[in-house]
Amino acid sequence: MEEKKSAKVILRELQDKIAQDVWDAKNRGEKIGWCASNFPQEITTAMGIQVTYPENMGAAVGAKGGGQRMCEYAEGMGYSNDLCSYSRINFAYADLKECAEQEIPMPDFLLCCNNICNCMMKWYENLALELDIPLLMIDIPHLDKYTCDEDRIRYIRAQFDDCVRQLEEITGKKMDWDHFREVMDVSQRSSRAWLRAIASMSATPSPFSGFDIFNNMAVACVGRGTVAAAEAFEALADEYEELAAKGETTFKGEEKHRILFEGIACWANLRFTYKALQSRGINLTASVYGPAFSFLYQNMDELMAAYAYVPNSNCFERELEMRVKDAIAHKVDGAVFHMNRSCKNWSGNLYELERRFREETGVPTVMFDGDQSDPRVFSEAQYETRVEALAEIMDERKRAKEAQA
Amino acid sequence: MSRIDDILTQLETISRNPRAQLDACLAAGKKAVGVMPYFCPEELVYAAGMQPFGLWGADMVCDQSRRYYPAFICSILHSVLELGITGKLAGLSAIMIPFSCDSLKGMATNWEVSVKDIPVINVAYAQNRKIDAGTEFTASQLRKIRGQLAEIAGREITDADIAAAVEVYNADRAAIIAFADAAGKHPKLVPAAKRSAVIKAGFFMDRAEHAKLLTELAELLAAEPGDRGYIRVVTTGILADSPALLEIFEENRICIAADQIAAESVDARTQTPVTEDPIIGMAERYGKLEGCSILFDPGKQRGKELVELAKQAGAEGIIWVMTKFCDPEEYDFVPVKRMADAAGIRVLSLEVDRQMVNYEQIRSAVQAFAEMC
Repeated sequence: MEEKKSAKVILRELQDKIAQDVWDAKNRGEKIGWCASNFPQEITTAMGIQVTYPENMGAAVGAKGGGQRMCEYAEGMGYSNDLCSYSRINFAYADLKECAEQEIPMPDFLLCCNNICNCMMKWYENLALELDIPLLMIDIPHLDKYTCDEDRIRYIRAQFDDCVRQLEEITGKKMDWDHFREVMDVSQRSSRAWLRAIASMSATPSPFSGFDIFNNMAVACVGRGTVAAAEAFEALADEYEELAAKGETTFKGEEKHRILFEGIACWANLRFTYKALQSRGINLTASVYGPAFSFLYQNMDELMAAYAYVPNSNCFERELEMRVKDAIAHKVDGAVFHMNRSCKNWSGNLYELERRFREETGVPTVMFDGDQSDPRVFSEAQYETRVEALAEIMDERKRAKEAQA
Repeated sequence: MSRIDDILTQLETISRNPRAQLDACLAAGKKAVGVMPYFCPEELVYAAGMQPFGLWGADMVCDQSRRYYPAFICSILHSVLELGITGKLAGLSAIMIPFSCDSLKGMATNWEVSVKDIPVINVAYAQNRKIDAGTEFTASQLRKIRGQLAEIAGREITDADIAAAVEVYNADRAAIIAFADAAGKHPKLVPAAKRSAVIKAGFFMDRAEHAKLLTELAELLAAEPGDRGYIRVVTTGILADSPALLEIFEENRICIAADQIAAESVDARTQTPVTEDPIIGMAERYGKLEGCSILFDPGKQRGKELVELAKQAGAEGIIWVMTKFCDPEEYDFVPVKRMADAAGIRVLSLEVDRQMVNYEQIRSAVQAFAEMC
C-alpha cells in the first residue's frame, strides 16, 4: 500500500507541476504570461491561462545562489543597483533567456498589478518594450483610509473587466463567469486553509518552523485558485493542527523564544538567517506572509477590495494592526525587522512601524539591513549581532517572568 | 538695469527665499498649502483663495528625517520632511502628498507622526489614466480634495472658482513654455541658474503674476539677438535646480535648449481642457501628461518625446539629471537612453542629491561631455 504523502511533499510536487504546466502550455503553442505576484489570479485561473511569476523566480534564483551574478548582469545593462533585485534578476533573464538556477518560459504578454509596489509598473513597462509584447495593468491606488472606498472599487472593477476583454483577445480563450465564481470559491477554500495552517502557530510550541512559510508561499501565491492547492493547504493545516494537539513540532530543538519576522526573506542568506535564530532556540511564529496571500471575500466588490488590502497597499494603521494582531495571536516574545534595500515601499515607514509595534506589543525588536535576493547588501556579522542582542533581552525577560511566577 | 535683468532678479529673489514669500503671504492674511511633487491639483488650492506652496525640498543636510526614512530614500523627500520637522514650514495650513512613487507612499505617515500641526491631504490619482474609468477615479479624488480644501479655506469652492483657476494655470503653463523656448536661444542673458530660478519662482507666488512676468520676459528676449557659441542640450529628470550643478553648466557654455524636467516644463507642457465640469478637465489633463517617470507609460512616450525635443531644439546631447535613489528614473534610464542612442543623440547621466557638497566628479563629466560636443 502506498504511503500517504506529507503535505510538504504534496505542496512541493504541486509547485513543480504548476511550473511544468506553464512550460507545457508554451510548448503547445498557447500564449502564456508573466504575472505580478498580487495580480488577481482568479482571472487567469478561471480562463485557463497559464502564467508564471518573475518575483518567484527572483526569490528562487536568490535562494540558489544566482542573485548576485544576475543582478550584476542587469547592472551591466545600465540598471542601477538601487533597484529591486527581483527586477534586476528578471531584466537579466529577459536579456540572456537563460539562468542556471531556474528558468521560466518567455512570455507572450504581461500582467501587472501595482498593489504591491509602483516599481512593478516601471519594471513591466521596460519588459513590454524590450520584449515587444502587450502589457495589461490593473492599477490599485494606495489606500488613504482604513477601508477601500467605493471609488476605488469601481475603478478596480472597470479595469478588471477591461483586462478580461484584452486577455480574451490576446489568448483566444473566453471567460466563463460561472467557472469564475467556482474559482472564487476554491480560492476562498485555499485561503482559509492557508490561514488555518498559519493560525496553528499560536500553539506552544508552534507545530513547525516558521521559515517553512517561505517555502509554501509560492503555491499560496500562484495556485490558490485550484482544487489541488486547496486540498494541499487543508492537508497542511490538518497536519499542523494534529502536531499542535500532541504538543509536537518540526522545529529543531527547544522553542525558547517566538518572534515575528517582518519583511521579505533574505533568500540568498536564508540558511544563515534561519540558523542564527534556530541555534538560539528562536522560532518564527508570525509573519505578514500569512495574510499576504490569503484573500477573503464574499462577492465581486469584496474581491476588488481584497486586492487593495495586500500588505504595503494599505494605510499605515491597517499595516500596523496586521502585525500587532498576528504577533499577539502567535504569542511572540520579540521581532526582527528586515530593512530590505530592494523595497522602498516596504522600507518607507519601517522605522515608525518598528516603534509603534514595540509600543503596542511591548516586545523587544531589532532591525537589520538586507536584501531579498542581492547578497551584497546582507552582513552576516550585523545580523548575528542583532539577533544575539534580541536573544539576550528575551532571555532576560523570560528569566524575570519565571522568577515572578 | 534692463527690464530683463529686473524681472530675472525679482524671480531669482523669490526662488532663493521661499520662506519670505510664505511669511508675506501669511502676513497678508492668506492661507498657504504645501504642494509636494508630483502633479498635485494646485488649481484647487488657488480656487479656494489660498496660496499653493511648492515643496521640492532644499539643498541641506538632513538629520531629523532619518528617524523616519532610511538613507536610501531620495533627498527630495528627506529634505521636505526635515523642513517640516524643524519648523521651517510653520504656517502652512495643510500639505498635499500624492502616492506617485513607492517612496512617497510612506511620506504621509512619516509627516503625520513628526509634523503634527500641518495636516495631510492625500492625493491619489489613476495610473491607468487614459481610460474613462481612470478619469472618473481621478475626478472622484479631486472632488474629495476640493471638499477638504474648502474646509481649510472656510469657504465654498465653486465651479466658477475652479474654472478661473484653471485659466490662470493654463496661462502660466503657456508662459513657462514660451519663456523656456526664449531662454534656450539666450543662454548669455538667461544662464542655466537664472532659467531654473525663473521657473521655480512659480512654486511660491501667485501664478497669475508669474505668468505675466514670464510672458513679458519671453517677449523681451525675443527682441534680443540670439547667443551663439553654446552647446545646446536637453535636460531630463525630476529636478535640476542645484546651483552648483547649474554653475558647472555655465562654466562649460552649456545652454538648456529645452527640458523634460518634472519640476520645470513637464507639467507646463500639458494644458487643462476647458470642460463644463472643470474637475473633469483637470482629471483629463492627468491622462494627457507625458514625459515623467512617475506616470504609467507603457510605450515609453517619455523617450519618444525626449528624442523629439532634442531634434526640435537642435540639441547636441541630452543631460539626464538623475536624482539619487529615484527608482522610477532609474528604471526609465535604460530604455530611454537606448531610444536616444538609436536616434544618434548622446546622453550624459549625472547623479545628483540635495545633500551633495562635492561636485568635482560632475564637473569632470560635464567637461568631458562638452569636449565631445
